[in-house]
Amino acid sequence: MWTEFGSTTPPSSDTRWRIVGAAMRKHGYRPNALIETLHTVQETFGYLDEQALRFVAGALRVPLSQVYGVATFYHFFNLKPQGRHTCVICTGTACYIKGVPAILTAIEETYGIKPGETTSDGNISLVSARCLGSCGLAPAAVMDGDVVGKLTPLETVNRMRRWTK
Amino acid sequence: MSTAPARVKTLKIDDRDVSGREEETILDVARQNRINIPTLCHVPGLSPVGSCRLCLVEIKGSPKLFPACVTLVREGMEVVTKSERLASYRKMILELLFSDGNHICAVCVSNGNCELQSLAQNLGIDSIRFPYRFPKLTVDASHQRFVVDHNRCILCARCVRVCGEVEGAHTWDLMGRGTSMRIISDMNEAWGDSETCTSCGKCVQLCPTGALVEKGKSVAEMSKKKGFLPYIVSMREGRR
Amino acid sequence: MTPEELTNTITTERETQEKFKHHVCVCVAAGCLSSQSDKVKAALEDEIKRQGREHECQIKGVGCMGLCAAGPLVSVEETGTLYQEVKPEDAAEVVASLEGQPVARIKGPSEAPFFTRQVKIVLENCGKIDPNRIEDYLLSGGYQSLTKVLTEMTPAQIIEEVYKSGLRGRGGAGYPTGLKWSTVAKAPGSPKYVICNADEGDPGAFMDRSVLESDPHRVLEGMAIAAYAVGASQGYVYVRAEYPLAIERLQNAIKQARRLRFLGIDICGTTFNFNIDVRLGAGAFVCGEETALIASVEGRRGNPKPRPPYPAEAGLWGCPTLINNVETFANIAPIAGRGGNWYASIGTEKSKGTKVFALAGRVANTDLIEVPMGMTLREIVFDIGGGIPDGKRLKAVQTGGPSGGCIPEQFLDMPVDYESLNKLGSIMGSGGMIVMDETSCMVDVAKYFMEFCMSESCGKCVPCRVGTAQMYDLLHKITEGKAGLEDLEMLEDLCDLVRNTSLCGLGQSAPNPVLSTLRYFRDEYMEHIVNKTCPAGICKIKVPTEVTA
Ligand SMILES: Cc1cc2nc3c(=O)[nH]c(=O)nc-3n(C[C@H](O)[C@H](O)[C@H](O)COP(=O)(O)O)c2cc1C
Ligand code: SF4
Ligand code: FES
Ligand code: FES
Repeated sequence: MWTEFGSTTPPSSDTRWRIVGAAMRKHGYRPNALIETLHTVQETFGYLDEQALRFVAGALRVPLSQVYGVATFYHFFNLKPQGRHTCVICTGTACYIKGVPAILTAIEETYGIKPGETTSDGNISLVSARCLGSCGLAPAAVMDGDVVGKLTPLETVNRMRRWTK
Repeated sequence: MSTAPARVKTLKIDDRDVSGREEETILDVARQNRINIPTLCHVPGLSPVGSCRLCLVEIKGSPKLFPACVTLVREGMEVVTKSERLASYRKMILELLFSDGNHICAVCVSNGNCELQSLAQNLGIDSIRFPYRFPKLTVDASHQRFVVDHNRCILCARCVRVCGEVEGAHTWDLMGRGTSMRIISDMNEAWGDSETCTSCGKCVQLCPTGALVEKGKSVAEMSKKKGFLPYIVSMREGRR
Repeated sequence: MTPEELTNTITTERETQEKFKHHVCVCVAAGCLSSQSDKVKAALEDEIKRQGREHECQIKGVGCMGLCAAGPLVSVEETGTLYQEVKPEDAAEVVASLEGQPVARIKGPSEAPFFTRQVKIVLENCGKIDPNRIEDYLLSGGYQSLTKVLTEMTPAQIIEEVYKSGLRGRGGAGYPTGLKWSTVAKAPGSPKYVICNADEGDPGAFMDRSVLESDPHRVLEGMAIAAYAVGASQGYVYVRAEYPLAIERLQNAIKQARRLRFLGIDICGTTFNFNIDVRLGAGAFVCGEETALIASVEGRRGNPKPRPPYPAEAGLWGCPTLINNVETFANIAPIAGRGGNWYASIGTEKSKGTKVFALAGRVANTDLIEVPMGMTLREIVFDIGGGIPDGKRLKAVQTGGPSGGCIPEQFLDMPVDYESLNKLGSIMGSGGMIVMDETSCMVDVAKYFMEFCMSESCGKCVPCRVGTAQMYDLLHKITEGKAGLEDLEMLEDLCDLVRNTSLCGLGQSAPNPVLSTLRYFRDEYMEHIVNKTCPAGICKIKVPTEVTA
């Protein structure tokens, strides 16, 4: 690991590392580009695995513990792979007042997952977010990238059913 | 700043007239005058973080409280370090710390040598009013010479700072946030597997509680030597 | 771009747009997009092609029109007709009726108090211009304030105008903007930085999002004027990663502004240089706090630091740094253009201008509105918001999010300004306004916010990290019907401790939702504690069988 530290050569031949490398280069490999780089890694690979964190630590010359500390401070970053489909349920105030708890209960009853968990077959990840900025449409969710509003427990579960066919 | 500024400030701490240089904190000046202000996160020689909030003092004319460890002295300020209100806050803060870990002194190797314990004694705490939150945390004994017991960690980040700022290894940092915050070595690995740890032991010596200790000590045997830090720091600064 | 070039560009753009007889605007902000307004836009475009009217009808994607809950929204510029809940199938009828009577079936309420009672400064372009085209912004007067400031005013003069306007920070604390600017301008040291706080962490607020999605250049222009005023050459917009559309439009706007030299070097033909980069947040509410935000921009954990030193003296990389909220910056161009006195003529004595609110919760119109400071809550909720649906009664209005409080019905006639809200135990906050009716349990609401603060606490300082967790446990105990009166006492002591000893604003204000509900709804707490019932029926209290109720 010592010989690798500071190295900007990607850990594998996966071409996606080029995107990560380009992001770091754009910031001149400055240590302060850590969060920007982690965003790029997550966008590219879907989550932050240990190998990626070590590579970023080395290339940006940020201590390992600091990289891990930053990656776990921010809840937007996932350290585990996500399901094929993602349902982001808003738990912001407007959505809470308009019935999100019932939606979460319905999802848990149907799929056995709570926010932050993925179904055992790796199909669906349930994520909670603090306000999607669509409070006018509360209760709101983002299902595989699409914002959907004015949800009911039934409708939410029905929409998720489409993923399990 | 062309006109020479008055670099020495005169102020009052607990009704005593004292003076300090403008870059000194209330805590610095209080200590020079043997006025005791309780502290936990502050260690001379490490960057101040102002996180434990035990050193809060009152300044006359302001309803707010000020952390003495990071508040610079100002001309004419009147500082109050002891009041009923402050005493009650300090007690509650310590009680919160006790409620959030597993601090059973009777079985701790640091019993009798623990800053948390002695602060509690000085502030007259005999029982903890808040319910224990009982997080079940791990004990990592993988290091050859040291042990970390997360149940006794109060997250003051002294180890993190001494490791990064003085030893320069930056093996320690904090992960997570809020109630799930922990100290970690490297990538949250077993301490014994750390590639960056130099086993210098500075973190162990600076830990105020029994969270970081040397191996092989039994109850109340672990005493810590903190003198190394002022020594290193003053040697670096080339003074004295 | 020099002033002459600017005039030319505007003239060309005006001529191009005037060639069209009809301008049909389709909202493509996040709210309407979620009800497929992009498909409506495509259908309208197809329809116009089908009828061979491409040369006389322009279909324009615009930003938020405010009535997000009734989307997709379409408006016809010439007649002012507003259509709501438009479906792609409606396209033919809408196009056909451009000359005649509007389609009654989907016509929205364009004359309602919702529109007539609002005063739009920040949102004046929202829903009118295409956020993806700088030319549209230029045509509506964009970048003229910047040009004027750079070519006709000294930094001291523009600071003076902002000072005179009485503008106060819209990010929550309400600190006078002019004063902040002059502090940064005077602070020794260089370089200096300007940061726009677009973290918008208050769950239940979406003002900043709408502004960034609907009129991003407005924010950039405000930042550039600020940079000139304080002597900064680099700026950052710190925006939440949860707002992908806002980020995309912002980045696009920055690119366009650089191309036309409203950003970059030699701005507006002067020697002034200023660049803006976007930095993404990553899901941490505390990063809205300015010292934590700076730590985050520097790529570190978002832990706040004790102030002083304030960012104005020692901020980003230790340099003097100006931090303002999105809405604060969005107010700058109009102030620079029309003068501080004009702005100061709107609002109340101590709270000038307008405020954007995100009205949500149990209210008929859950929308984005902009009203003059000093309007009463009753006017906002009932006249503009259309009251409480389903024949329910209003119980409280929550302002200020997790740092604010719940205002009960009896104070609905208080004017909404910084001082009045503080007096009621709440705060203006960033502008989230959540209406609650009798179906909400106030203890549950307090617990909701405490859970928020507990999990968003950075964990650095003890009172906030452990204190919020203890308070949450106590509130949970109360909602389960297991608490006694001594628990209430402990809760109040903790509120006092956490408020007075926490390091940053998150902890210091975390007790506010508890304190304000205790102040106005103590009887509800008592019901839970003494009678073991939840009046609203939200908390599931299991009465042990051996105890007869
Ligand atoms: C916990 C916390 C969260 C905050 N979140 C935000 C935010 O999301 N957006 C914002 O503009 N200001 C936020 N603020 C206020 C900022 O610290 C700061 O006062 C503000 O950005 C200054 O800009 P202004 O003077 O234009 O209001 C927050 C403050 C605290 C203590
Ligand atoms: S008050 Fe809370 S968020 Fe602020 S520094 Fe303390 S622990 Fe962190
Ligand atoms: S509270 Fe759910 S989108 Fe804002
Ligand atoms: S010693 Fe000052 S806050 Fe801890």
